[in-house]
Amino acid sequence: MSPLELIGFAFGALRGHRLRTVLSVAGVAVGIAAVVALTALGEGARRYVVQEFTSLGSNLLIIMPGKVETTGAMPFGGVAHDLTIEDAQAIAQRVGGVVRTAPVAAATETVQAGDRGRSLAILGTTAEYSQVRQVTVAAGRFLPSGEAHQSGAELVLGSKAARELFGAANPLGKTVRVGPYRFRVVGVLAPKGRSLGFDFDDLAFVPVRTAMRIFDRSSLFRVLVEMRSTDGLDQAKEDVLGLLRERHRADDVTIVTQGAVLSAFSAILAVLTAALVAIASVSLTVAGIGIMNVMLISVTERRAEIGLLKALGARNRQVLGAFLTEAVVLSSLGGLVGLGVGALVVRLFVGIYPTFPATPPVWAISLSIAVSVLVGGLFGVWPARRATRLDPVTALTGR
Amino acid sequence: MLELTGIWRTYVVGDSEVNALRDVFLEVERGEHLAVMGPSGSGKSTLLHILGCLDRPTAGRYLFDGREVGALPDDERSHLRQHEIGFVFQFFHLLSRLTAQGNVELPMLFAGVPRDERRRRAARALEAVGLADRAHHRPDQLSGGQRQRVAIARAVVMEPSLLLADEPTGNLDRSSALEVMEVLEEMNRGGQTLIVVTHDPDVAGRARRVVRMSDGAFVEGAV
Repeated sequence: MSPLELIGFAFGALRGHRLRTVLSVAGVAVGIAAVVALTALGEGARRYVVQEFTSLGSNLLIIMPGKVETTGAMPFGGVAHDLTIEDAQAIAQRVGGVVRTAPVAAATETVQAGDRGRSLAILGTTAEYSQVRQVTVAAGRFLPSGEAHQSGAELVLGSKAARELFGAANPLGKTVRVGPYRFRVVGVLAPKGRSLGFDFDDLAFVPVRTAMRIFDRSSLFRVLVEMRSTDGLDQAKEDVLGLLRERHRADDVTIVTQGAVLSAFSAILAVLTAALVAIASVSLTVAGIGIMNVMLISVTERRAEIGLLKALGARNRQVLGAFLTEAVVLSSLGGLVGLGVGALVVRLFVGIYPTFPATPPVWAISLSIAVSVLVGGLFGVWPARRATRLDPVTALTGR
Repeated sequence: MLELTGIWRTYVVGDSEVNALRDVFLEVERGEHLAVMGPSGSGKSTLLHILGCLDRPTAGRYLFDGREVGALPDDERSHLRQHEIGFVFQFFHLLSRLTAQGNVELPMLFAGVPRDERRRRAARALEAVGLADRAHHRPDQLSGGQRQRVAIARAVVMEPSLLLADEPTGNLDRSSALEVMEVLEEMNRGGQTLIVVTHDPDVAGRARRVVRMSDGAFVEGAV
């Protein structure tokens, strides 16, 4: 009996019990569809985060004032030194491999345009910021470059902030007030969404020294350092730390690399995906037990058939093969249907949330095919063995 | 061709033992037409199952063409059933999902006969039982007599030397029974040894030899 004939025989038997076949195929299909859809969502979440972070540039160092680690009491009641614009300049000039740096001062303040006002996050920075963070300007330009302009009165609005303050009117060249200070709007950003905790559509940029003066800040909020490449990021981090140690005479800054943040997130999301797979495998196990039940019922119901096959000279091995093939065909059919349904669910989801990159990972697809075949094999063995052990006489006479 | 010597078949039912066959002796010549009669529970079906290698004797010797087959391993007994023995049952035992043709092909499927040859031989066997025009009907589209003739075609398609029929007419009306017996006897005339278990005297009366059983032993006509 060739494998093809075995499969043909199994299909014949499954066709003979349509309802039962459909139900058990559905059982496996639900399990496989769950695996496909859930891993697609988990993988999508991971990709989404990775995309967000790589859009920042993975060659970025972020310097924050203050030490994150607890080191016990500092001698002489040591206080963290200010992180200054000069620090940022020194890093740009003296650390190898640095392309540019961008100092950032931050505050929240109400921005007035005529009679409309809106509380916005205001970031004081330099022209370099737009390149470091890949900010695109939709109209006008970003902050002017050059030392002389770091104390200027230019202001760049996020897209939503501009809309809220000016409505349909063109904000370029208009004057806005931040507290008692007057600024001239020179640019509006293209929509970008949230990134690193800031809603880029609902904020304003002003020159860094101006920001520090009007908000009465002595220390920067961050210094962003763009490196030429991701290689040697750790070395650059050491170099920057060394330079600042020298300038501040203390270890009083914390440096975060995108890589570290990214891998932390990636690890968290990998655990999330694993959890989703675990949930999905529960439903696969349920499906497997479903197949086992169906096959057991099948064996019991078809005692006469088994007895007949034996009377006709079928060997135990052939009977075993026939029932096992039936179980594997059942679960493989379920696997295929499940893949289809899962893909459909993912497609629907992407239809609703087009920005969410949900695609079932290749490993999940191949795994679910393998698992569905295996489920049939594993859970089919016991019923099939029972079938071969049936005594043909009792099977035929139904005694 | 067949030789049973001191065959016992004992079942354990609960705490007690039941002797379905008690010290049975039987010889059957090649080409013979034998009827086994007796009331139900007399052991005639058990005898048939032992003859057909579906059941093993508890004690005694069973020679098939001079070969001891009572103690053969399962696979060799399967082989024997496949090539030497054809069964016809009271309840036909056709697979309802297969056509007449498919049912007749079944033994050849498990024997590994190639597809084209299966088709040809099944068609020939169906023709021999007068059902060539019903080849593509399913069992539920056939009458009882036709179903039993399909079962006979299935039993003879491997060209066995021994044909065993267990109450082949027990579920049929008079005329269908007559048809079925004629087909079986036709096979017998072609050289196949035919053993029919029945309690219908008319069916038994057509055989050249009749043995009667009672309570697990022969009361008349054996050896």
